[in-house]
Amino acid sequence: MSDQRSLFHQQVYQPDFLDPKASAIPTFSLLQQKGELYPTAKAPDLSKEKALKIHDTFLFIRALDERMLASQRQGRISFYMTEIGEEAADICSAAALKPEDTIFAQYREQGALAYRGFSVDQFMNQIFANELDLGKGRQMPVHYGSKALNYVTISSPLATQIPQATGYAYGLKQDKKDQVVICYFGEGAASEGDFHAGLNMAAVLKAPVIFFCRNNGYAISTPAHEQFAGDGIASRGTGYGIKTLRVDGNDALAVYEATRLARKIALEEHQPILIEAMTYRLGAHSSSDDPSGYRSKAEESKWQEQDPVARFRNWLIKQGWWSQEEDEASLAKHRKQVAEAMKKAEKLPKPALDTLFSDVYDELPWHLEEQLEEAKAHILRNPTAYPATAGRLVK
Amino acid sequence: MSKMNLLQAVNSSLETAMQQDERVLCFGEDVGAFGGVFRATSGLQEKFGKSRCFNTPLTEQGIIGFALGLAAQKQVPVAEIQFADYIFPAFDQLVNEAAKYRYRSGNEFNVGSLTVRAPYGGGINGGLYHSQSPEAYFTHTPGLKVVIPRNPHQAKGLLLASIADDNPVLFFEPKKLYRASTGEVPDEHYLLPLGKAEVVREGTDITLVAWGAQVQVIEAAADLAAEKGISCEVIDLRTLLPWDKATLVASLKKTGRLIINHEAPKTSGFGAELAASLQEACFLHLESPILRVTGWDTPFPLALEKEYFPNALRTLDAIQSSMDF
Repeated sequence: MSDQRSLFHQQVYQPDFLDPKASAIPTFSLLQQKGELYPTAKAPDLSKEKALKIHDTFLFIRALDERMLASQRQGRISFYMTEIGEEAADICSAAALKPEDTIFAQYREQGALAYRGFSVDQFMNQIFANELDLGKGRQMPVHYGSKALNYVTISSPLATQIPQATGYAYGLKQDKKDQVVICYFGEGAASEGDFHAGLNMAAVLKAPVIFFCRNNGYAISTPAHEQFAGDGIASRGTGYGIKTLRVDGNDALAVYEATRLARKIALEEHQPILIEAMTYRLGAHSSSDDPSGYRSKAEESKWQEQDPVARFRNWLIKQGWWSQEEDEASLAKHRKQVAEAMKKAEKLPKPALDTLFSDVYDELPWHLEEQLEEAKAHILRNPTAYPATAGRLVK
Repeated sequence: MSKMNLLQAVNSSLETAMQQDERVLCFGEDVGAFGGVFRATSGLQEKFGKSRCFNTPLTEQGIIGFALGLAAQKQVPVAEIQFADYIFPAFDQLVNEAAKYRYRSGNEFNVGSLTVRAPYGGGINGGLYHSQSPEAYFTHTPGLKVVIPRNPHQAKGLLLASIADDNPVLFFEPKKLYRASTGEVPDEHYLLPLGKAEVVREGTDITLVAWGAQVQVIEAAADLAAEKGISCEVIDLRTLLPWDKATLVASLKKTGRLIINHEAPKTSGFGAELAASLQEACFLHLESPILRVTGWDTPFPLALEKEYFPNALRTLDAIQSSMDF
C-alpha cells in the first residue's frame, strides 16, 4: 500500500471557491402523469405480466394502508405507517431486482416486501403481534422481516441498516454470488452518521449495494430544507466516489429502469450505486402524527396530482393492458382480502410466555432460565392479572 | 506448544481461525498490511489476502455496522476497535442492533458469528482515552456476551471460542499484558468454555474475584494475605455475560467472604451486579459485607494513575477489613 494521491493535479492561481449551486443534478423521468412517455423517452423492457404484478402490488398496498390506518384509529392496533405516495419508489425498485437480492429497509417499504410475496396473513400476523408472527410479536407494527424472501427484519433506529447493507453486500462478493443488496432509507435518515459510514465504506471496499433514498420532503415535521443545505442526497454520492442517479420517484418506469441499470453496474463493476428518488409523503409520518400542524393542504394536493399509482395505471390503460373497471374490481378484491385477514389475525392468541425469553441468545443461559421460571411462578400465583398467558402455563 | 505473549496468542488465534474457516474476516483501523497498532493482526493479510484481512475507513460505527451485515450474511467477522475507549461511537450498533438482531427478528436473522476485539484497561500511561474498562456498559445489554482473558493461553482459547460462539461477543484484551504476560500456548486449535469462571487458587477464608489484568492484582493480594495467615480463594471470572454464578456461589458458601476487584469505576460497575446477586444467593453464608475494590468514580487520570488503580495493597486492606468485621 502507498499514498496513491497524484502530485500533479490541475492548479489554479486565484482562490476559486466551488459554488455548490453551480452543478444541480437533473432528475431522470420517463412517464408523464397522463400516462404518456416524455417525447424522447424510451419505455424500459417491462413485460405485461410484470407490469400488472407491479400494479397489483400498488393496489394491495393502498388497500392495506387504508384499512390499517383506520384500524389504528379504532384502537384495534397500536401503531401504523403508510407509504401512500411512495409506492412506485420501493415497489418498482424491488421489481427491478432478482428475488435472491437482499433488501435492507427503513420502515416505509412494505410494498417491496409485498412484491416479494409476503402474504396478507403474514402482514396481519406481524401487525397484530400474534403467535403466528415470524417476529414472535416482539416488535411494533410494520417492523417486518422474512428470511425466505431475503428481507432483513426492520428496526426502529434510523440508518443503522446502511453500513449493515454494505457488510452484507461485501459478504455476497466474498461468496462470489451474482447478487446485490438494496438498502432503503429516507432523506432524514441520511443525516445520521451511519449514512456517512455506510456509503464511504461501500465505496472504499467495493461492495455491490444499491443505496436507495426516498426523498419525500419530510422527516416527521422537518422539511428537507431544514435537513440539508446541499443539492439533496444525490450530490453526496459522487463525493464518496459513488455513481449516482436522481430519479422521479413517482415515475414507476423511471424507478424500474434506474434500479435495473444500477444492479447491472453494481455486479459488473463491483461497486455501490446511489439512487435518490424524489417523491412526497402523502400520508402522515405515522399514526402518531398529524401533518396539518406543519404543512398546507395546497401543498399536499399539488403532490396528489403526481400520484404514482394513477400515473402507472394511465400508462397500463394506454398499453391496452388494463382498464378502469378491472382497476376498481381489483382494489375491491384487495380490500376484502385485507378485511378478512385482519379478522382472522385479530383472533389469534399472543405468543406464549417463553418467547419473551427465547432468542435473546441462541440458547437460554442460566439467568434467563431462572427469570423465566420466576415469571411463570408469579403469573401462576396471579393468573387473573395475566389473562393472555396464565391459562396456557403448565403448573 | 510455543512460548507466546498475549499479543502473539491473539495473533495465533486469528490465524488458526482464518486457516480453519475461509469465512473468517479480520478488519478494522490499520489492521491490514500494517497488522494493527498493537500488531495483533500482523502477517494475516500476507497470508490470507486483502479480501479477508483489511483496513477500514476510520469509523467505529461503520466498522461494527459493516460487521453486522457480514454476520447476517453468514461470514464470520472479527472486527477490531483500536481502543475500547473508542467503542462508544459504535454503541448504538452494538446495543440496539447486534444485541437485538436475533430476538427482534424471531430468529429469522442473527449476527451470532460476530466477534469484536478491543484492547482495554489502564496501566500504560494512557490517560482518559487509552485506559478505559467499558465492560459494564455492555453487561447491561441482553443479547451480548462479554469475555476477558488474563493470559496468553486463555487469550487464544477464549478468542477461538468467541469466534465459534453463535452469539455476538465482545472480547476485551488487557493491553497492559499484551507483552508483559507470557506463557506456553498450543499451536493448534483449542477452545476454552465461555460462561465458565476459573478457580486460579483454592483457599478457605475469603474469596477474591477479578478478570483480565486485575487477576494478577488479586493474586498478589492473596500472597500478601497469606503472609498474615489468611487463605484466599482466587477466581478469574473470564466471562462477564453470562457470568458463572455457580462457581462463585460454591466458593462463597465455603469461605463466607468476598472481595470483588475491577479497574473500572465503582458506581454501576460489574462488581455491583456480582455483589447484589451473590448477596441474594448466599445471604445466610455471608460472614461480612461483600466489598468492592475498584477504580474511583472519576475519569481515568494520567499523572495519578497509580493512585487511581485498585492495586494489591488496596485489596489487602479490604481483605483485612472483611476478616476483622
